[in-house]
This record gives sequence, C-alpha cells and structure tokens, in this order.
Amino acid sequence: MDKIIVPRPNHLKRNIVILAVVALILGSAIFAGFNPVTVIRNFSKGRRLLGRMFLPPDWSYAPKVIPPLIETLRMAIVGTFWGALIALPVAVLAASNFLNNPWISKPVRLILNIFRTIPAMVLASLFVAVFGIGPFSGVIALSIFTFGLISKLTYESIESIDFGQVEALMSLGANKLNILRYAIMPQILPQFMSYTLYGFEVNVRSAAVLGYVGAGGIGQTFEHNLAWRNFDRVGVIIVISFLVVLVIDFVSSNIRKRLV
Amino acid sequence: MIEFTGVSKVYPNGTKALNNINLTIKEGEFVAIIGLSGAGKSTLLRLINQLIPATSGTVSFDGTEVTKAKGKELRNIRRQIGMIFQGFNIVKRASVLTNVLSGRVAYHPTWKTILGLFPEEDKQIAYRALQRVDILEKVHSRASDLSGGQQQRVAIARALAQEPRLMLADEPVASLDPITTIQVMDYLKKINKEDGITTIANLHHVDLALNYATRVVGVKEGHIVYDVKIKDIDKKTFLADLEKVYGRAIHHDEMLGDE
Repeated sequence: MDKIIVPRPNHLKRNIVILAVVALILGSAIFAGFNPVTVIRNFSKGRRLLGRMFLPPDWSYAPKVIPPLIETLRMAIVGTFWGALIALPVAVLAASNFLNNPWISKPVRLILNIFRTIPAMVLASLFVAVFGIGPFSGVIALSIFTFGLISKLTYESIESIDFGQVEALMSLGANKLNILRYAIMPQILPQFMSYTLYGFEVNVRSAAVLGYVGAGGIGQTFEHNLAWRNFDRVGVIIVISFLVVLVIDFVSSNIRKRLV
Repeated sequence: MIEFTGVSKVYPNGTKALNNINLTIKEGEFVAIIGLSGAGKSTLLRLINQLIPATSGTVSFDGTEVTKAKGKELRNIRRQIGMIFQGFNIVKRASVLTNVLSGRVAYHPTWKTILGLFPEEDKQIAYRALQRVDILEKVHSRASDLSGGQQQRVAIARALAQEPRLMLADEPVASLDPITTIQVMDYLKKINKEDGITTIANLHHVDLALNYATRVVGVKEGHIVYDVKIKDIDKKTFLADLEKVYGRAIHHDEMLGDE
C-alpha cells in the first residue's frame, strides 16, 4: 500500500510565542533585579523569622486579635452591601441590551472600568487622606471596589440572558420596568447573589490588609506589632486571620455553587 | 382586523425578509402561515405587534396603524395581542402563577406591577386561564420544573390572561413531540372557536395547517405565493399546489399521517 504523506504541521507561530513569553519573563526578572541567589542566601533569615512567629505564637495575645478581626469583617460586610446595592442598577444601565442606547451604556462602562482599575489599597489611602484614619475610609474604599467588580460581572450576565423571555414580555405590552422585573431580574438574581458573595470573599481578604494604610481593621494591629517586632504576636494574627478567611471562603463558595 | 398594505422589511444586514406584502385577516379566522425556514414567516408575525419594525408600508390592527404607534399607544395595542413562541419564552425561574399574572402587567400602573400587587380579579383571570389549558394544578410550581408541553400551555395561559383579541403563534409546536403537538394545537383551536380570538400561526407541518386552520397562507422568499381558505381547497391538487410555497411538490408520504 502507498504511504500516505501529510504535510508537517507548522509550529513556527507557536515557537515564536513561546520564545517571546520566555524572553518577557527573563527580561522582567533582570529588570526588577530578581536574583535566585538572594533568595537562597536569605533563607536562614527567613527561617529564623518564621521560628519567632510560630514557635510558638503568643497565644495569650489571641483575645486582643478578635475585636479588630470583627471590625475587619464588619468593614467587608458593609462595603460589600453598599457596593452591591449600587452595582445592580448601574449594571442595568451598562448592559447594552436593556436600554439599547449606546449613549448611556458606553459612558457608564467607561466609568466602571476606571473604578475597577484602581486597587482597593490605593482607594483606601486616598480616603484615609480625606476622611482620616479609621474603618470608615476602609468601608468607602471597599464599597467602590466592590461596586466596580460586581457591576461589571452583572452587566455581562444581563447581556447573556435568554432574550426570548424579554421578547415575550414586550409582546404582551410590558414597559421597560416591567421587563426588568419579570424577565431580567429572575434570570440574573442568582448570579448577582453569587457575585455579591464572591465580592464579600475578596473584601474580607482586602479588608485584612487595608489597615496597613490606616483604613481600620486587623491590618492596623498587624502593622503595629510588626513595627514593634512582636513577631510571636504577628504569628497569632496570621494564624487566626488565615482560619477566618478559610472558613468564610469555604462557606461562601459552597453557597455560590448552590446558587447557580 | 389586520391589514398589511405594501409592507416590506429589510434587515440592517441587507437581508430582504419581506417584499411588498398585502394581506387582510378577518376577525375569527385561524390562519396558518406555511413556508420554508427563512421565508419570512416569523418576520410577518412580528410586524403585527411591532416586535420588528417595518421598513416601509403600513400594518393596521382594528384600524389603528401599529407601524406608527409608539410608547404607551403601542403597549396598549400589544396587550390585546397574545403571542406564543417556539421556545415557550416563559420565565423559568418564576412560578407558573407569576408567569400568567405577568400577562396582566400592561393593564395596571407600573408601581403596582413592580411590587407584584395584582388585584384578586386578575388572579381569578389567571386561574381561569390555567384551567382552560388544564394545568391549574401546577399553579404554584416553578416554571422550570414543567415539561415542554406544560410550559407551552403556561405560555398560552399567559397570553389568555391578556384577554387578547388576537393570538400570534410562532412555530408553537416545533419543539414538541407529536402527542403534545396535537394537545397544544387543540387548545389553540378551542380558544379560537370558543372565544372567537383570531389566530395566526406559523407552522412547519402542512397537515397541521390543514387540520386546524381556516385559511392557509404560503410565504416564499418574502412574498405571499399562496392564500386559500381551507373550505375551498381542492384536495386533489393541493399537494401539487404547494410547489409554489416549497419549490417542489409535496408527496403523500411526506405528510405526518392520518388524512
């Protein structure tokens, strides 16, 4: 039988991409002054620090960690609440298939994109400068950050709904608000709740570090103890925060799985 | 009741869906529109309630030009026109009752419907509509828990709750099995006969058109090429006549069966 000859696959494009990615990573490392030797040389220093933090942590300090940790959670809850509340109507405006008016949806999206590109830390330090040190600044920062995150995810959900249900409502004489209430909301509400929970997970983690710029919560306690080199207390803060974040992530992601 | 005068529809991408359509439909008729996929059947139906705006020409409903109507006026016309769809298009994450009640939203102030405040008589209308299609026992079920045939019946009930004068059905049975198909068509026929609701249905099956309609309109490439009352149909030449609609004659063995 004749041998079947097929042309060799052309890997040129793929190889160029691989080369470019490797060059980019190496270039960045050199430019940033990253050197594996430094990592290895400081290994023992790191080990000593870990030892002072966790062998053993200062458990007697644990009760003092709880109040700022609760403050952190409160910040995350309030921030998520306001962010999500404002995100829902704004997402409706940003969705291109609801008002069908690019003069509204495009500018709204632009504003959302701007909000989303600013990290919560940067927002927090700005608000600390405006409203002063304390959890209030943190809450405002988290609200804005959550708002940007949830509104983006939600308007994308609105744009991917089953439009047949909207068409049916239009056909029976419903106006825009009724269409929103009876055709769009039932479709996106479970996803919106899921995004809100996800926002909460993210916010608990951000809230834990916001204190670093003075925006309240456990981060402030952490920063204070680090400055005084109370490493055994820093260890306690890390362990407890870690457990709390772990539990919240676990519970929240399980609820989310059930929602959608 | 419905009058198409020189209606054309060209989609933004250049597709000519309908070309100079003239068509009059009288009160109480059951019109079946047949034709190949893409012939313009769906567009024809959607021009009546302006889900799709016409490019030129006028469509009137009871003497009112729907092609000119906007806002509140258009919504008041639409609430008199029930519509059911191939994909049922009921709100799956809501209860059957909420779905049927949503057929009433155009009769009440928005603030009330948004809060879900429907008067008792509306609930009675909804229950009665569900009873008409024999699905009242599912009133509190979630719509997504129902089978396809049941969902289409809920969709019919929602349209009935509008207390419509006209019923549009866009391929109402195309996603249903043969037995459910007969059920759904029977309900549409019953409503047409008992309530005198004019009905226009796009159908893929010529048999269904023959069995249920009072008039068959054939659409081909955006033109009406066939328009006959069922009672005037000559059974001998009918299948051959369909060549005008489908581009070739339909043979006996291509029919669904029974007669």
